[in-house]
Amino acid sequence: MSEPTRSQPPRQVSLMATCLADAFFDDVAVATVLVLEHLGCQVSFPEAQTCCAQPAFNAGDWLAARPVARHTLSVFRDAAAVVAPSGSCARMLSHGSLLLFEGEPDLAAAEELATRSWELSDFIVNGLGVRKWPGRLSQRVLFHASCHSRGTRYATAARTLLASIAGLELVEFREAEQCCGFGGTFSVNFPGVSHEMGALKLSHASEANANVLVSADMGCLMHLDGLGKRQGAPLRTRHLAQVLRDALEGVEATA
Amino acid sequence: MSEPVDRFALLQTRERRDSVRLGSKAGHEKRTATLFDDFQDPNKLRTLAGNIKQHTLDHLDGYLEQAAERLEANGAHVHFANDAERACEIVLGVLKRRGAKRLVKAKTMVSEEVALTPFLEHHGIECVETDLGEFVVQLSRDTPSHIVKPIIHKNRKEIARTFELEGLGPYDDTPEVITRRAREFLRKKYLAADAAVTGANFVSAESGRVVLVTNEGNSRFSLAATRCHIALVGIEKLVPSDRELGVFLNLLARSGTGQQLTVYTEFISGPRAATQADGPEEMHVVFLDNGRTAALASDCREILRCIRCGACLNVCPVYRQASGHAYRSVYPGPVGAVLTPLLAGERFSEFADLPRASSLCGACHEVCPVDIPIEDLLLRLRARGKREGIESPGAPSMGGWSQVAREPLAWKAALMSGRLLRYVPERLLPPSLQAWNQHHELPAFRGGAFRSWFRTRKSKS
Ligand code: SF4
Repeated sequence: MSEPTRSQPPRQVSLMATCLADAFFDDVAVATVLVLEHLGCQVSFPEAQTCCAQPAFNAGDWLAARPVARHTLSVFRDAAAVVAPSGSCARMLSHGSLLLFEGEPDLAAAEELATRSWELSDFIVNGLGVRKWPGRLSQRVLFHASCHSRGTRYATAARTLLASIAGLELVEFREAEQCCGFGGTFSVNFPGVSHEMGALKLSHASEANANVLVSADMGCLMHLDGLGKRQGAPLRTRHLAQVLRDALEGVEATA
Repeated sequence: MSEPVDRFALLQTRERRDSVRLGSKAGHEKRTATLFDDFQDPNKLRTLAGNIKQHTLDHLDGYLEQAAERLEANGAHVHFANDAERACEIVLGVLKRRGAKRLVKAKTMVSEEVALTPFLEHHGIECVETDLGEFVVQLSRDTPSHIVKPIIHKNRKEIARTFELEGLGPYDDTPEVITRRAREFLRKKYLAADAAVTGANFVSAESGRVVLVTNEGNSRFSLAATRCHIALVGIEKLVPSDRELGVFLNLLARSGTGQQLTVYTEFISGPRAATQADGPEEMHVVFLDNGRTAALASDCREILRCIRCGACLNVCPVYRQASGHAYRSVYPGPVGAVLTPLLAGERFSEFADLPRASSLCGACHEVCPVDIPIEDLLLRLRARGKREGIESPGAPSMGGWSQVAREPLAWKAALMSGRLLRYVPERLLPPSLQAWNQHHELPAFRGGAFRSWFRTRKSKS
């Protein structure tokens, strides 16, 4: 997969909270701010932001997607670096919108924003060069990798950070490379297959005897969480940003 | 209402679903082990192979001409077929001229694509599939559900029942017995056959060599026993020269079956030479277009790089659940979801649902030996479907959401009102979530909570 080339990013960061954090997972956005501030970044939150346009883009409704994506381009036009606590939304900015605006006048702006957008762990590891995360967290953790990180330079960034946390044990589980079955609209239009995929992921996760399943995408977590609860077999899930924040608090608690 | 592929998946028996899922999973795991054991960075090889194939496609007219000239110089007859009908007629014409009545076939997806067997049978020619999987498919009047393992959906009990029913011997599901019975049956067919049809895995433009890979040696038997060889070849099977075959043969078997190399690899550069003891005295190569030129002109042209290894099927979570027959086409799985609607031409709308049968997880791209960005092509085809006014059953309209999501004030208002009224505002979220409750518990709505936190904190500092 082609990746836009980026230079060392500045520490002035615009947060793209994502629509899921805006509506449901406010603590993930809070944790992202705290994690970035811990690294010495100045975090701003452009109030005009809405959504990266992915729902309509993935549904093939590019006429509905373009005005939303165009709005996103304008919201982050002057941002030095855009960081999202979501592999999926970051990938929409760094790749999806290039497809969406192919042959359109906005392509240049999309390409330009692509070079300034980062998924959180990508920003920390590959942008800032931080490979060791401070703090402590005594937990056995399953990491569910975001499908949007496949084949990218940052496929391993989140694992690198998690594995470096004192006390944290990364636990392997079966068929880890398989998608959880969310896929946005996919889970609605293909409820049967999506449900089977999710159930399989849950059963592999529960075999592994871990405390928590961690992902860099709220979509996957919402899907697995919602499915587990409905099946009466809830699974503890946590977003990567929350884990990083919790580890920092572990430091403060023990300090 | 859900999509056709989803409805099909739900109708599968547990037994069948397990056969497909476990068979695919095993294939994927073997592929990964072999590739990563043997190459430090298989991804470099995938990129190289993708570039070679893309280069060939970008200059396909020149390479086709070169291959045709070379093949003719080697003594083969070259034909071009625009569509399925023409391909079938060419084959029939050759057989009629020779008075051939009995045909043996090695595994070829192109012959499935053009429906050669029913056409020839209709004209009184006996066709026998010689690949074990295809043979079972033919005996049970089924269709292949995988491009490399045609009977991945069957377990051996089912195969043994078919053998019993078709008079190949009393019920016995020992794999050795099944294979022996098929072998005995097929040996007689080889000896009686007048002509052989094969596909081609690659054709080298420079040398005109047709490359065939198999694991059962059935194409060798077919060619040793008959006087006439007809190779059906999609025009995208070309590579520039013999030299590139090293890259592709190294990738094909590893990606397809997890082998370093298939058991048999044949290089056929023409009919039997005067100095050769045996082999067909007549060779025909039929190059098939059947929608490929149109695909080449489209924004999904990369799909023609495909070398039909089946790795994308094996890794695909949707294929694993739905099985190949859900795709209603010769080419199932991720490759089929792109190729089928493209090759369908004017019948695009009949297959416009297939590109939606994916969570866009991109696992297919990750394993593809020729680096086809399948998930991007699926997206482009979804957009084409939408442009052509083909609606997905039950899919919510994006219009209302799009209006709100481009208007920050409306967005914020929706967030806040939803929170106050304790409901998920219909026009705010990806409309999809509305239909979720069937399988999921939605998380608590906390619209705008982060925004207030951020604002309060900033005003304090
Ligand atoms: S698309 Fe790629 S992975 Fe799928 S069958 Fe073709 S070559 Fe193999």
